[in-house]
Order: sequence, then C-alpha cells, then structure tokens
Amino acid sequence: MPHAHPHDHDQVRDAPSGGGETITLEQRVLGKNEELAARNRSWLAERDIVAVNLMSSPGAGKTTLLERTVRDLTGRRRPVAVIEGDQETTLDAERIRRAGGAVVQVNTGAGCHLDAEMVQGALTTLAPDGGSLVLVENVGNLVCPALFDLGERSRAVIISVTEGTDKPLKYPYMFAVADLVIINKVDLLPYVDFDTDQCVRYARSVNPDLRVLTLSATTGEGLDDWYDWLDARS
Amino acid sequence: MHELSITQSIVDAVCERADGRPVRTVRIRVGILTAVVPDSMRFCFDLTTAGTVAEGAQLEIDQPPGTAHCRACEKDFALPDLVLLCPCGSADVAITSGQELQIVSMRVG
Repeated sequence: MPHAHPHDHDQVRDAPSGGGETITLEQRVLGKNEELAARNRSWLAERDIVAVNLMSSPGAGKTTLLERTVRDLTGRRRPVAVIEGDQETTLDAERIRRAGGAVVQVNTGAGCHLDAEMVQGALTTLAPDGGSLVLVENVGNLVCPALFDLGERSRAVIISVTEGTDKPLKYPYMFAVADLVIINKVDLLPYVDFDTDQCVRYARSVNPDLRVLTLSATTGEGLDDWYDWLDARS
Repeated sequence: MHELSITQSIVDAVCERADGRPVRTVRIRVGILTAVVPDSMRFCFDLTTAGTVAEGAQLEIDQPPGTAHCRACEKDFALPDLVLLCPCGSADVAITSGQELQIVSMRVG
C-alpha cells in the first residue's frame, strides 16, 4: 500500500458543473482500523505481550491446535491466553477453557472477520498478564480476515490436507499477508490426494517469504516446530 | 462479505465530512489486487447510504491495474493476479500498483 497513514487534508474546489463542490479526501478506507490496530500493537508491546492471529477455513483444525497448544505450553513458557472469534456460540471458548487457558469469546454475529476494535475490547476483558502469549482465533474464513490488521505480532494461516492442494492460489490474499503457513492433519496424508510440496510452491508463488510447518494437532507430530516458531516471535 | 464493513466505513467517513450537506457522488479507488469486489461494494453502498445524507449518491469506482517491478531484470510489468512472477522468470518482484483502497473525493451540495 502506498500510504501508511490516513490522510486528512481537504482541498475544496468548484465542481465543473451541476453545482455543489468537490471535496478531495484521499484517505485510506481501512485507515480507522489501521489506527486502532497500531494502538493495540503499542498496548501489547508495552506489556511484552506477543499476539498471533490464526486464520483458516472452517474445519482446518484451529481450535484443536489451540487446545493442544494451551495444554502443552501452560506453565512452560509465557502464560497463554486466547481470543476466540466466531459468528455464534461459545463452544470453542469452552473447549479452550477446559484445556486450562484464559479465554474470551468474541461473537461477530453477521461479521465474517475480527477487526482491531473487537480485539481491543477482547484484550480489555481478557486483561492478559504482562509477558503473555495471546493467540487470536479469527473467524473461519480464508477471505475477509486477510484485510483487517488486528495489531498482532504475526499471522499464521492453517490449512489441512483434507483441503485442496491449490488453496493458496484460490485464496491468494490470505497467503500474501501471512508470515507462516501450517499444514495440519498430516496424519491423514496416506488417505487423501494432497501434494504438500506443490501446495508450498503455490503458497510461495504469492509470498516468497512464507515459513511453512507441517504437523498434526491430533497426533502431536510436528508440534515442537510450532512451539519453537512461537518462541521465536518473542 | 467484508465489503459490507468496508463500505460502511466509507459511508461513515463521507457523511462525517459532508457536514449535513447532501452527497451527490463518491469516488473511490479499488486496485484490482485488493480482495474487494466492486459489484459487492455497489450493492453495500446502496444499503449503507439509506437514510443518510448520501442516500441516492452515485458511487464511482476507479480500478488501478496491477503492476510490479522486477529487481532481477529491472523492468516494470503487468500483474494480473497475486502470483509474483516476472516474465523473465524471477520471483524477486515488488508490487507497485493495484493494492489501493482509498476514498478519493466526493461531491456535495
């Protein structure tokens, strides 16, 4: 994006015809969200809190990965807290709570993504300890969350081997904004037609800098790499 | 349908700036490499302007094409989608246009 801040300078000139006047705005459409995201980023940094935004299609295994992550990391490294974004229900938040994590649920209703304002409210409610790791589970959707900065340190996209190999080409915006791609459910590879290497090639064709991890949140295979990656965000 | 919240923020900004005057046209810039569908925005614009000073306003959408610069061959080239590949074969490219998402201007009064 060419501008890093919303503009707010007015130029008023006479309209060529039809009366009225033309007001030049030249402001970024998402400027307000980006301002709030910057505020969240400062708030988190002041408290040495690392926030990671997790995005995926519905059913890719986000909540299972988070349950496992909360269980494995509680008491080992930073305190772990979770912000759960869903359109409806608190089912996922209850799963995280049972796993032992501090959690707050954000129901977006008709909204298909979290935004910086929702995360600001969630952080106020959650009140995470200084030095925490805050995992933000976005609404299950590979399109809309890509446009909304939440103030996070890093973005991870999760896809599962039960989805199509060509997912990164079908949803390029999401892969373009991510720092990490997690390929989940690798324990199912013998049973599905998924080409991991090709999927990684597609993902890197829209974002050459992507880190890629393969794991199974169910069997635990590859989870240590994920935890190492989280450690490296600090 | 993130176009709804995006269009809502455009209409909020426009109405705030209009200061009670009727808004006749709103011009925005939506690059073809943004994940925003102009037709969806038009639909949402009619919904979100209803009952505001911008009700009935025309929405004009400029769509800058995607372009990129190749650091390997130093050439600029057209980028029809987000697959970052120069015709010379290099993937060491920087997007130079097509990602704009801005409110350009509006006509009031």
